[in-house]
Amino acid sequence: METSNFYNEILTEHNIRPYHKHDMPDATFSLNGVNPSCGDDITLKLKVVDDVIEDASFIGDGCAISQASADIMADMVIGRSKEEALRLAEMFIRMIKGSVTNEEIDELEEAGALKDISHMPARVKCAVLGWHTLQEIFEKNEDANT
Amino acid sequence: MSINVNISHREDFPLLRDSNIVYLDNAATSQKPDCVIEAVEEFYHKHNANPLRGFYELAMLATEQLENSRTTVKEFINAKFEEEVIFTKGTTESINLIANSYGMNFLGEGDEILISIMEHHCNILPWQFVASKTGAVLKYLECDMDGLISDTAIEEAITDKTKIVAITQLSNVLGRENPIARITKTAHEHGAIVVMDAAQSVVHVKIDVQALDVDFMAFSGHKIMSPMGIGILYGKKELLNKMPPFLRGGEMIESVTRTDAVFAQLPYKFEAGTDNASGAVGLMAAINYINSIGMEYMHERTLMLTKMCFDAICKIPHIHIIGAKDSNNHNGIISFTIDNVHPHDVSQILSESNVCVRAGHHCAQPLCDFLGFKSCTRASFMFYNTQEDIDTFIKSLSGIRKMMGYGD
Repeated sequence: METSNFYNEILTEHNIRPYHKHDMPDATFSLNGVNPSCGDDITLKLKVVDDVIEDASFIGDGCAISQASADIMADMVIGRSKEEALRLAEMFIRMIKGSVTNEEIDELEEAGALKDISHMPARVKCAVLGWHTLQEIFEKNEDANT
Repeated sequence: MSINVNISHREDFPLLRDSNIVYLDNAATSQKPDCVIEAVEEFYHKHNANPLRGFYELAMLATEQLENSRTTVKEFINAKFEEEVIFTKGTTESINLIANSYGMNFLGEGDEILISIMEHHCNILPWQFVASKTGAVLKYLECDMDGLISDTAIEEAITDKTKIVAITQLSNVLGRENPIARITKTAHEHGAIVVMDAAQSVVHVKIDVQALDVDFMAFSGHKIMSPMGIGILYGKKELLNKMPPFLRGGEMIESVTRTDAVFAQLPYKFEAGTDNASGAVGLMAAINYINSIGMEYMHERTLMLTKMCFDAICKIPHIHIIGAKDSNNHNGIISFTIDNVHPHDVSQILSESNVCVRAGHHCAQPLCDFLGFKSCTRASFMFYNTQEDIDTFIKSLSGIRKMMGYGD
């Protein structure tokens, strides 16, 4: 896997000019996700109304992969239900582990640009940080009345 | 000393000889020359028995190998007595030994432990532990942004309350050598002892524990081309004698009853369990190799390579070298940041050109906080690096921002 192909335009664009990297004063959920070994540190913010993610954003810093992945994720989950977002999270994490179908990669849209992480064990944590944090928000708040 | 950059020492190192790897992570661990690998193999082929036990020929041969290594180390660091040289598994274990055996027993409420802001975590965490258990206070000696610890800072930080000064001889991030003899003098005037972490310096600076007058010194073999898992604790005999053992068990006793034990003399009191004899033999071979190449030559060559790389990096926009402005104060270590590119991305992109560098906080988070960055990339050199290594590194480094989508 050549790195020069890996740092493609989708990844670098989301890293340099993220659409969803900003604070969200009216967020209903906010959770910090950290990779202590490498220093990726994001806080994911969601505005969830009637189990639908009306808005998603993140703040923090880290490597290009962690930042781009979180931004792509925010883009994808806005407007989706909690269940749909969790299904995408599960699919994304499976993609990073290398067990996903081509149809599923298509369904992951821009997040599919990160599929080659499955050949880069050292970067797996960076790619899944945002998605893991999303899962954690919903696991921790299973009974929350949203 | 004139150094010919065209002379290559790569041939001595099988991992480098048989590959196109550009190994610039020498501050993390060094590569191993044939003579070290062969010495370890020979020990297992010809001398393997449990050393310091057994009265048969083979066991005595194993013991002799272990003790020969101790003598070699004693001469290498210019210790006064062989029993002042204790085998451990590395710097971390050595410092934990001092903290647990000396710190926990000779420190009390209100005593002060002084460490520098540029310590590796292995010279921070054991002292945090001692402070939390004994009521001693952990204080920090700070450097300036160039990594220099001034005489004034030393004079102000060391007081009659100071009982231990634990400091690295050479920062693993900045590469700067600290004024150890100066610190030792002041510490001793105030009745404090000095623990020197030589993990990073041992390959660059000729260590003379008597000239520096340090009370304890620790290093790891793997940073000077020996196998991993063997390291050294040096301690002054009078201090080691009054300290209790750190680990207890086999090989560190004179006699044992149901309720009590009489401990062995130095150095064995601190070498519980079977020594890493093959590691010690590898360490001896590594020191012999260093002596054959010449410590001064190795260091001069490293400084020359450091300067070539330093000057080339300075010409690349958006890259900032951390620490001293003079490459001669970097001793083979160049840590840097690139504007808006995370060190892990830097490291991965360099890896495509087979360039191995370290990215992260380098086990020195307090220093990173102090200097105002979260993480950085570090390239570190040894004498066996070449001009081609630097050319490949610089070429790859120059293209990183563009690859990450920046216009320049």
